[in-house]
Order: sequence, then structure tokens, then C-alpha cells
Amino acid sequence: MKALCLSLILFSLLLAGCGGGGDETSKQPDTGKTNEYGLTDFEMTYGIGPVKKRLFLGQINKALAKKGENIFATKCAPCHKLDERYIGPAQRYATERRPPEYLMNMMLNPDEMVKRHPEGKKLLAEYLSPMTYQNITEEDARNVIEYLRLTAQEGHENNIPEVPLYKNQIQKP
Amino acid sequence: MSGINNRKLVIAVIGLIILMLTLIGCPAQQSMVGTDDAAQKVYVAPGTYDEFYAFMSGGFSGQVTVHGLPSGRLIKTIPVFSVFPENGYGFSEETKPMLNTSFGFVPWDDAHHPELSQTSGTPDGRWLFINANNTTRVARINLASFETDEIIEIPNAAGNHASPFVTMNTEYVVASTRFSVPIPQKDVPISTYKENFDGTITFIRVDPESGRMTIAFQIIVPGFNYDLAHAGKGPSHGWAFFTSYNTEQANTLLEVNASQNDKDFVAAVNWKLAEQYLAEGKAKDMSASYVNNHMNGSSRIVETEKHTSVKVLSPKDCPGLIYYLPTPKSPHGVDVDPSGEYIVAGGKLAAVIPVHSFSKMQKAIEDKLFEGDVDGIPVLKYESVVAGEVQNPGLGPLHTEFDGKGYAYTSAFISSEIVKWKLGTWEVVDRIPTYYSIGHLMIPGGDSQKPWGKYVVALNKITKDRYLPTGPELAHAAQLIDISGEKMKLLLDFPTMGEPHYAQGIAAELLMKNQTKMFPIEGNTHPQATKSEAESRVERKGNEVHVYMTTIRTHFSPDNIEGIKLGDKVFFHVTNLEQDWDVPHGFAVQGALNAELLIMPGETRTLVWEPARVGVFPFYCTDFCSALHQEMQGYVRVSPGNSSVAITYGTGK
Repeated sequence: MKALCLSLILFSLLLAGCGGGGDETSKQPDTGKTNEYGLTDFEMTYGIGPVKKRLFLGQINKALAKKGENIFATKCAPCHKLDERYIGPAQRYATERRPPEYLMNMMLNPDEMVKRHPEGKKLLAEYLSPMTYQNITEEDARNVIEYLRLTAQEGHENNIPEVPLYKNQIQKP
Repeated sequence: MSGINNRKLVIAVIGLIILMLTLIGCPAQQSMVGTDDAAQKVYVAPGTYDEFYAFMSGGFSGQVTVHGLPSGRLIKTIPVFSVFPENGYGFSEETKPMLNTSFGFVPWDDAHHPELSQTSGTPDGRWLFINANNTTRVARINLASFETDEIIEIPNAAGNHASPFVTMNTEYVVASTRFSVPIPQKDVPISTYKENFDGTITFIRVDPESGRMTIAFQIIVPGFNYDLAHAGKGPSHGWAFFTSYNTEQANTLLEVNASQNDKDFVAAVNWKLAEQYLAEGKAKDMSASYVNNHMNGSSRIVETEKHTSVKVLSPKDCPGLIYYLPTPKSPHGVDVDPSGEYIVAGGKLAAVIPVHSFSKMQKAIEDKLFEGDVDGIPVLKYESVVAGEVQNPGLGPLHTEFDGKGYAYTSAFISSEIVKWKLGTWEVVDRIPTYYSIGHLMIPGGDSQKPWGKYVVALNKITKDRYLPTGPELAHAAQLIDISGEKMKLLLDFPTMGEPHYAQGIAAELLMKNQTKMFPIEGNTHPQATKSEAESRVERKGNEVHVYMTTIRTHFSPDNIEGIKLGDKVFFHVTNLEQDWDVPHGFAVQGALNAELLIMPGETRTLVWEPARVGVFPFYCTDFCSALHQEMQGYVRVSPGNSSVAITYGTGK
């Protein structure tokens, strides 16, 4: 019987050896420890994308903020207003809601962020239009962060209220 | 159970397994293997790429189609000499000028011979040139964007057929007259052909950096029909060769009257010497009317330049500029082998393929072995220039390509076959039928110094029974043939668009690395570009209304427009703010008599709309762009001419 079993195993191996049937195991990149979403602790907090290290922001640099404002006008403003829920979320206080690394990864890698990141998925469910890739350089994304830090500061100075991310956060009078 | 029985059972099971495997084979492989392994050789698995791009002329469609090889898959249509509803080419205000000619706007022409630009005698993947046969022009297609970047009109010409073949480093692209005509044009009886009709051979200079084309010079030649061309390479660099027929100079019933002479001519033109004569001031300025249309790289608007003069050389004033090589029976193709020594002419009514030798030609010129002259052009003695004749080459030999391994492949139209023969010995070594009536054939790089000698594509004129029938008109059939071994093997039949005359092929890797994926919005210099939604607006100037509109997934800005009146001419200047690969937006408005727009990421395109009715009309995106594509729409209100509705516009208000 041993020989019979062996030959049956051999037979099944032969069949399995026929091309096309086997699943190729997909190779996950080594991203350290991952959670149920397949994300590392860093990615959970700071987003998935080219920004893989913490940034250290100093004082707001107004020259960079000006550059960021121009980028924002061309590439972001079609879908994002500062103080209005539009195609996507209102942006004035974005830097107070999320770390800058997270926001930059959202700008630089929106496709993966809305498909894999739990926060991105929640936003897609809320706003329905997936954020588009706009060919923004990392430097430009950093400048947009500077602009958004400035808009938050100006918002506080002028008592401009925050438009919440989610509709069910809006207080009914 | 006893041990013996067990052993018998094992043997029986093993025997059964072997029998089953022998009979059925692996199921997956079984379906792949036909009578041959042809299917595996042309199978390009989903998600993987073809090895070669093949560029096929569309013939009477005026376009170029791009196929992958070996799969034969159609991957792109590039509009060149015809308007194209798929992307608005020739309809948008920006692209209309590309089809300007000295005769006016020509919406549809006949394109025959694609030719890749070359550096050091090999395709470099920068540009593809193609001729318009009817209203004589040459186009330059940019192989980073797969778009027509430039078209130049050829003055003093008719039937630009022997065109646009390139010299080794794309110094020049050639053009010529298939139909001789009075030059300059004048009102004369057709029967005065012999006195009044001439041909021209044109050399178009190509700027090595920008690719911009200019007419360098023309040569006035006797009034024959100049049919095809190829430039010399290696030792013959500096020369270009043109076939001619109708040396009888018939002007009616050419079918009979242009087939009288035993031999017509291959014209060998020494263009390096022409440059010298030009520098010596031997050329005359001749008044001529032609245009050059060019797409500005940053505004992406086509600009038309008008030209009024051309430099013309006459062989009588320029000894040594041209020699005629007698060649049997109305030769069609003229093809130069990779070494540059052999010049093969396909005499479509000839019983042999004559192969001229460049070195013999030079010796014959030196020794003045002439049998006469035509209008000052010396005619060399046939025996003094011919290297050999391919015997029994099939009926109606037309065109020859080379594999770089010492063999030539000639298409034979009447006998529907490709004939493989050996350079030097001229012996036929193999032949394979084609389906049916082959015209040109193409080996990737097969007219260059370094062919990729793996496949030959047969470009056939008659299809008959090859595909499911589709009424009286059938897609022209191409066949892919493996030439990697001693014997040619038919691998694949595939349909083509229009009528591919010639084709060119190039290794895919040479183009893939240079592809344009979008146009940077920062670099858009279109004067009516709208680079942010904040700038989107509607402006009235008299009865013209300019709408500066933006698109992004998934809305227009503005998407509600009021204040348009009957009698207005509305310009929709639509800028696509997307900066992602493969995300064009479309624009269509009801009642537009001028079609639609398709706007690439970062680009501005303009549609003119003259509303003919009062009412509210929708406009929408015609290219599925996102999950909310169906929401990408807007309205424009049209009021009576005397109404007082003011211009208002907006999005989301």
C-alpha cells in the first residue's frame, strides 16, 4: 500500500506540475510589523507613501507657504476649499487633524491611501470621489503643508470655525 | 491481501497513470499546442508587453495604426492626414491648422510609407515620418506622445509616393512626384506631356534636435513616374535611389502604354554633391506656395507658416548629380541591403530581380560606361552596374527587406508569396505563401543597417476568406512569419485598419522609456489656458463668448452658464487640470456641429459652438473618468438674441 500511496502522490504532483494552476504567493515587502490592515504602526499614524520618516517643522516659513498656496490653487482647489465641504474635505485645519507626514502621503500616494489605509477608506465612504493623483513633487507637498499651517494660524486669529470632516459631526442647532 | 496481489495492483496503477499521461498530456499545455508551437510564439500573456511596436500606414484612411508584435494586437491609431473623431484631431481649434495646405483645409488624404528616424543607420525611436500621396505632404510623428507634431507640404509635386525615406542620420527625408505635372503649374493640353511635364525629387532637411522640417532643395527631373526610394548607407551614404516607371512618358492608358520599354530606371542621386552645388549657388529660387504646420510644444496649438519660394537644382547645371541605372520592367520597390552595397529593385512585370552594385556603379561612373543620356542625365550600362539577378523570384516582385544575416525577403504580388534568397549568390532558398496578394513586407529594422531579423510581416491587399465576412469591405490581412530559422513559418493572421502599404517595426524598449504621460499644467502656455478653478470664467466680447473652463474628476468649472444669446459664437476653452497618466476628459455640448473634444491631462482644447435654438442645453464628459463620471455634466442656457439675461456662471452654487 505504501507504494500505491507514493504513486498517487507522484501522480498528483505530476498534475500539479502542469503549468498555470498554482497560485503564486505574492511577496509582501518587508515593512516591519504589520497589523490587520497590513500596515505598520508608522503607516497607521503617518500614512502610506514616500514619506517614511517624521518631519520636524519649525516656525512657519511664509515664502514656502506662498509657493504652497500656488500649488494648492492649481492642483488641490478644484476639489478642496478651505472653509467649505466640497468634493473633498475642507482644508483650513487639516494640519491640526493629521500629522504633516500623513497629509503629504495622501497628496503623493492618494490611490493607495484610499484603498489600503483605514482612514482613507473612511473618507472615501464619506466623500465618494477618490482623491486623484496630481503629480505633485515631495517638495511641493511640503510647501502645501506650510500653506495649510498658515491657513490654520490665520483661522484662529480670525475665529473662523472648523468644518468637520464627517457630516455626522456637524452640530445641529 | 497477499504481497503478490499488492505488487500487481501497484504495477497496474502505475501503468494506468503512464497511459493517462501519455494520452491526455497536461491539460493546460494541451490547449496551447496546435499542429505547431505557433500559438505559444505569438501569445503575450495578460499584463505583459509585446517585443516590438509595428507602425502601419493606414493607406486611404490617412492614419497610422500601431500594433504590438508578435501578438498583432492593435494598440493605437495615430491620426495624421485625416480628421479623427476619437480625439478631435482636425476638429478642435488647436489642431485644425495641422491639415492646412496651400489648397486649403484637407480633411482626408492617402498615407503610404511610414519611416522611422535613424541614427547611424538604425532606427532611433525619435520620430516616424509618413507621406501624404494625394495633396503632397510629409508628416513627422513624435514617438514620445504618439502624435503628429508637424506636416510640411511639398511644392512642385503631385502624388508624393517615393517618400519619406530617410538618410542614415535623418539628415534628409525624401519626396518625389509619382505624377509628373507642368512645373510650375500652367494651363496646357494634356497631350503636350512630353514637352511640358516634369518630375521633382525633393530633399527635406530635418533639424537634428527639434526634428523641424524645411525644404532644402528640389531637383527637376524628366517627366517619368517616380515610384519608391531608399537612401544609401555605409559606403553608399550620401546617395539616394529612386525607381521610375513610365519612361515612355504616356499620358493615357498607362496600363498598356507605360509597359512598353524593356527597362525603366533607378535614379541614383548624389545628395552630398547636391549640397555642394547648393553652396556654390547653382540653385535657382523658384516661386512656390506651400505651408508648414507645427504643433507648439508648450501651448499645444498648431501654427501654420506659409512659404513662397524653394531652391531648385537642374541636372543640366549639375554634372554628376544623377545617374540612371537601367532596370527591367517598371520597377516598384528599391531597397538597399544592410551593408549599403546592394540596391535591389522589384520589377513588378520582370522575370528576375536585378540587384545593382554600388561599387560597380561607382566604377562605371569613373569609366564613363554610359549607353546614352536623358536630358543631361547619363544612363549607365546595365551590365556595368548589375551585381546579379535573382532567378525565379515569384511573379510580380515588389519589395525587399533584409534580416541582417545575409538573406533578403521579397514580396511577390501576383504569386502571393514571400521569397527568401541569399545576398551574393542570388539563389532562392525558401518561399512561403501569403493570403493574399502581398504588397509591402516588413522586418523590424529591415530597411536599416541592423535589422531585428526575427519576424517578417506580410501586408496583403486581398483578404477574401481569412476572417468572418463583413460585407463587401474586409479588413486587410497581415501575416506574421517567423524567420528565425532556415524555413519561414507562418505564425499568425491579424486584421489591420485601412490599407497598410509599408510598415516599420522597432524594439519596444527603445520607445517605452521615452513616453509622455501627461503635459505639466505649469508648462501650459496656451493663451486661453485656465490653470486653476479660481480663474475659470465666462467673458463676452461682442457676439463672441469665451468660456474658460476646467475639468477634474469629476466636475466642470463652471458647470452652469447663463447669458448666451442666439447669434453668439461660443468658444469653450477647456483645460484639463488632471496630472495623472491616462486621465483625459471629454467635452460634448448638444447641437455642436463640430463634434467633441478630448483633452489630455494638462492640455487646453477649444470647441466652437454656435447655438441655433433657444433653450437649456447640457454638456458632459464623454470619456469615462471616475466612479462619478455620469455626474460630470453641466448646463448652458441660450436666450433669444434680444434678451437681457446677463452672463452668469458658477459651479456648486
